[in-house]
Amino acid sequence: MPRRLSGLTTGVVRVTNLGDVTVIATESLSKRFPRVTALDRLSMDVGPGVTGLVGANGAGKSTLIKILLGLSPATEGRAEVLGLDVATEGAAIRERVGYMPEHDCLPPDVSATEFVVHMARMSGLPPTAARERTADTLRHVGLYEERYRPMGGYSTGMKQRVKLAQALVHDPDLVFLDEPTNGLDPVGRDEMLGLIRRIHTDFGISVLVTSHLLGELERTCDHVVVVDGGKLLRSSSTTDFTQNTTTLAIEVTDTDEHPDGTHAVREALHARGVSVQDGGGLPGSGHILLLTARGEETYDLVRDVIADLGLGLVRMEQRRHHISEVFTNDTATGAGTHTDTGAGHGNGEQRKEAVGHGG
Amino acid sequence: MAVEQPLRTPAPASGDQTRIHNIGYRSYDGPRLGRSYARLSLYSQSLRGAYGLGRSAKSKVLPMLLFVVMCIPAAIMVAVAVATKAKELPVDYTRYAIIMQAVISLYIASQAPQSVSRDLRFKTVPLYFSRPIETADYVRAKFAALTSALFILTATPLLVLYVGALLAKLDFTDQTKGFAQGLVSVALLSLLFGGIGLVIAAVTPRRGFGIAAVIAVLTISYGAVSTLQAIAYVQDSSQAIAWIGLFSPVTLIDGVQSAFLGASSTFPGGVGPSNGEGVVYVLITLGLIAACYGLLTRRYRKVGL
Repeated sequence: MPRRLSGLTTGVVRVTNLGDVTVIATESLSKRFPRVTALDRLSMDVGPGVTGLVGANGAGKSTLIKILLGLSPATEGRAEVLGLDVATEGAAIRERVGYMPEHDCLPPDVSATEFVVHMARMSGLPPTAARERTADTLRHVGLYEERYRPMGGYSTGMKQRVKLAQALVHDPDLVFLDEPTNGLDPVGRDEMLGLIRRIHTDFGISVLVTSHLLGELERTCDHVVVVDGGKLLRSSSTTDFTQNTTTLAIEVTDTDEHPDGTHAVREALHARGVSVQDGGGLPGSGHILLLTARGEETYDLVRDVIADLGLGLVRMEQRRHHISEVFTNDTATGAGTHTDTGAGHGNGEQRKEAVGHGG
Repeated sequence: MAVEQPLRTPAPASGDQTRIHNIGYRSYDGPRLGRSYARLSLYSQSLRGAYGLGRSAKSKVLPMLLFVVMCIPAAIMVAVAVATKAKELPVDYTRYAIIMQAVISLYIASQAPQSVSRDLRFKTVPLYFSRPIETADYVRAKFAALTSALFILTATPLLVLYVGALLAKLDFTDQTKGFAQGLVSVALLSLLFGGIGLVIAAVTPRRGFGIAAVIAVLTISYGAVSTLQAIAYVQDSSQAIAWIGLFSPVTLIDGVQSAFLGASSTFPGGVGPSNGEGVVYVLITLGLIAACYGLLTRRYRKVGL
């Protein structure tokens, strides 16, 4: 953010950083193909910051990005990006917006530097500026000496970084990142998410990031928009999603006095009027107690109870409700058609949570 | 320039020059040159790419080799003309490209796919269209780049011939007229061949298929047309010869230049199309070029993102 304050920037930019102004606005946006309805009267407003766009494969995320880039006309409704109409000012939008596609898009026989310089020029940067910005951007995404080698030999993580760099090289006001963590291992995933966070905090660029994995967006985004079947399921800030009910996991030691410490704590908490569940049937969770924290006082209570019993506190950690629960709740009414939404990882979490709260 | 603006954390003005500063993120406030500049950048990148410049050493070999092969006969002819003090060059300017058509076909077959199939295969096309340019800009830039590359390939030997002819003190007006006619002819040829090559290459993301298909279309059509013309010649239906010539790119150009650019036809019997037929040749040539452009635009509208 400080970056925007120091420089001479256009009106649009300043507007996007002055708080509650919308970066993306859609109004009953629909896109129908002969057989499929990709977007169905989608209305939403997205402010500055990192926004997650969550939905299953085929939920309409990529179609939405295409429309927002002004590349595909909407069947009905309208949309604005940075205050520009997508139907008429596509070129102006694309000059100010970066796009990182989901699929591989790098020619293997050129180096990252050459490729990103070319892409910078395609965005309208003069040759000298294109080279300087390329060097800067590649460094920021964490690509150093290897940037002079042909990209064919890059690992998936490096390729994703180059793809990110070409989206950022012209210093856009907003970037669309389509599934940026696809194909990355857990470490690479974390690094990419950290990078996405920095795009906003350090670079001052707003981000719209899509994913079908809810957990990772929860950690990265300020705001999450959930779409399914081209419809808006929910749009709210990540804190709204998770802060109201925090699940607390506790594990304590046993002592001579209390051979089963877990049991003792449970009894004591019950006596204080706090309902406690077991960690569930998962292996190793027998000694874990789950309870719902309503605020600061719950933490104090747990501390006091355990101290009174003379037990050791092995762990007390937040098990935040995952956004996936939004799906579980919403889809319960929707005849369970969307349960595959949090494919893989998300599903696992849903199940775990379900078990955890089963009692 | 704007990129060199003062940074967020101004560097301390100490005498210690060796310190490394973490300069953080710098924003870009300089000019954004927009759509026409982007199109020009794509054009120059594609034109350079057509000769392997800015690409690996391996990809320079074939286009450069073909370029040399294209020019060597011209140099030899010039040397002969100068040495023997000939009254005129061994071949007409307009004839040169027809003689060297195999080399031109090989060049277009190798470079058209590298220009467009690569972008399709590695899915770089969506990246271009996420930039300010539109479909038409991409098509125009690629079309213009390949046409220019072909023009360089076909016009350079003509230039060699022309310079040589002047050195050999051949008639200036005569040579200049021939050279100009030759340039018009190879310009048309570049447009036509470039268009056909790109349309074929843009259909497939596979480079190999593209190369094979371009060669096949150019050589098979020429082979078929010359065979039919030969048969027509044997059967004395010289009327048919001109009409058959409409069906292959090389004979099209041959027909146009023998009707209007003072070239002697390579058709069997040396009978080119008459002026009336020549108009049809020109119309078909221009129509084909326009059709190629239209097909490319349609193709890329679909490819899009």
